[in-house]
Amino acid sequence: MGFLALLVAIWAVASRSGDSFLFPGPADVALALRDNVRSGLLPRAVGKSLARLAVGYSVSLVVGVALGVALARVRWVKDTLGAVVLGLQAIPSVCWLPLALLWFGLGEMAIQVVVVLGSLLSITLATESAVNTIPPLLVRAARTMGATGPRLWMRVILPAALPGIVSGARLGWTFAWRSLLAGELLFISGGLGQVLELGRELHDMALVLGVMVVIVALGLASDHLLFGRLERRVRRSWGLDRA
Amino acid sequence: MEPLIALRGVTKSWGGAGSPLALAPVDLEIGEGQFVCLCGPSGCGKTTLLNLIAGLESPTSGAVTVRGAAVRGPGPERTVMFQESALFPWLTVQRNVEFPLEMAGVPAAERAVRVERYLKMVHLWRSRDAHPHELSGGMRQRAAMARALVGEPSILLMDEPFAALDAQTRDVLHGELERIWLETRKTVVFVTHNVREAARLGDRVVMMGTRPGRITRDLAVKLSRPREANDQDVTTLAAVIERELKIEIEKVIREELDDAWTPAGGGLPGAAGRDLGGGI
Ligand SMILES: Nc1ncnc2c1ncn2[C@@H]1O[C@H](COP(=O)(O)OP(=O)(O)OP(=O)(O)O)[C@@H](O)[C@H]1O
Ligand SMILES: [Mg+2]
Repeated sequence: MGFLALLVAIWAVASRSGDSFLFPGPADVALALRDNVRSGLLPRAVGKSLARLAVGYSVSLVVGVALGVALARVRWVKDTLGAVVLGLQAIPSVCWLPLALLWFGLGEMAIQVVVVLGSLLSITLATESAVNTIPPLLVRAARTMGATGPRLWMRVILPAALPGIVSGARLGWTFAWRSLLAGELLFISGGLGQVLELGRELHDMALVLGVMVVIVALGLASDHLLFGRLERRVRRSWGLDRA
Repeated sequence: MEPLIALRGVTKSWGGAGSPLALAPVDLEIGEGQFVCLCGPSGCGKTTLLNLIAGLESPTSGAVTVRGAAVRGPGPERTVMFQESALFPWLTVQRNVEFPLEMAGVPAAERAVRVERYLKMVHLWRSRDAHPHELSGGMRQRAAMARALVGEPSILLMDEPFAALDAQTRDVLHGELERIWLETRKTVVFVTHNVREAARLGDRVVMMGTRPGRITRDLAVKLSRPREANDQDVTTLAAVIERELKIEIEKVIREELDDAWTPAGGGLPGAAGRDLGGGI
């Protein structure tokens, strides 16, 4: 917290020495934020972005975990989709945008495709490796206790892999968030990315920096408060962290 | 009368056809209520044999039967305890012990009663809300024992369950296991390479040799119970088993260490080193 204050102070001093139009200080940014919150522009944009994220990320999470589990435990899925997943992971999510635009037109579908493709594969790969590294002894023990089929999956394999899946979900969230902003920035109406683009068009540097502050704040909050806590809790009750 | 467990001409090879046998044809009959210790050098196939009875592996040839019916996969009348507790880390002790009952579809009210009875039997009732990682190694094995017993199986299969524990804890658990066995009269197959443990616990000590894995001696033990680890009879019996096994163990070591090793007189050369792997 003290360090953050120091950063803001340095920023304030630095902005004095430069062009106040291209490099506004913290006070200007705060003002811009206040105005745009009052006008409803920022709250609407944040709401829109988070709503999109919720949809795309949920799809990613469900499909990613299912695909990861299938890759780990079903031989023919691994043989067919395994290489595809690894290959596709090399594509940065924005690169899907042209394709998504041509296929789905300029709309919600296109941006959801970008969000899902941006986060799905990291969740898939994390899940696959989590399932692959379950101690085989646990599965053997479960079988001797009569756990087979779907019950073996739901009661043993998924819980055993949960710490790894949660880490993957956390990573996937970050990717989804980045993909979303990239997509919004490039063309899609509504959302924080578009406000950023708007600031550029209006040459409103204070707004641009303000939006970036909001992005950082939202990113930190979701990562720390939501995923960080969840991950710590899971790891602790699984006995992976001592503390 | 049909023995409870019977292995007839059982072999196991890990590779394809024609690869060497991990288990040569083995014939073994185990009667109801017996406490059988399976003892032999590392790699002789003790775990393999136990897993065949458990239904976790299937024989390459021959038949494994329980009450005359061929074993096809694991079943609730046979439970297994491993060297590591294999408790589920995400469940509390109580929920771990409840797990096999849930799988068997036992109603919740009865589950609660049974879990309490068996947790009390192993003296873990007070730690019921702890997670496995909060327990000591000995307590984890107690929990694993409760989990193996709670479904009231007729056969308890144990694969070096106390090998990773310190001597004192192991001694206490030997006493507990003997007490529980006297109370419940399960059929126990207990794998160990610790000759004292075999002499301390077994009604019968089946000794195995290696390359290929096979049964070399089948020794009936006629010592009274309850026993103590340092009873004179137990010590004497342990020495007898040790002498029998030593021949086999020397054979293993000679093969593993090329020809540089010559047997020294006295105790079991590998005994201390063999325990090193225990905690892994
Ligand atoms: N899954 C497997 N695949 C291939 N070989 C195996 C497998 N399991 C065991 N073996 C081999 O079978 C032989 C018997 O192994 P097993 O684990 O039954 O021995 P053990 O008597 O239990 O030894 P230890 O005292 O070290 O536990 C060994 O040579 C081992 O290498
Ligand atoms: Mg073994």
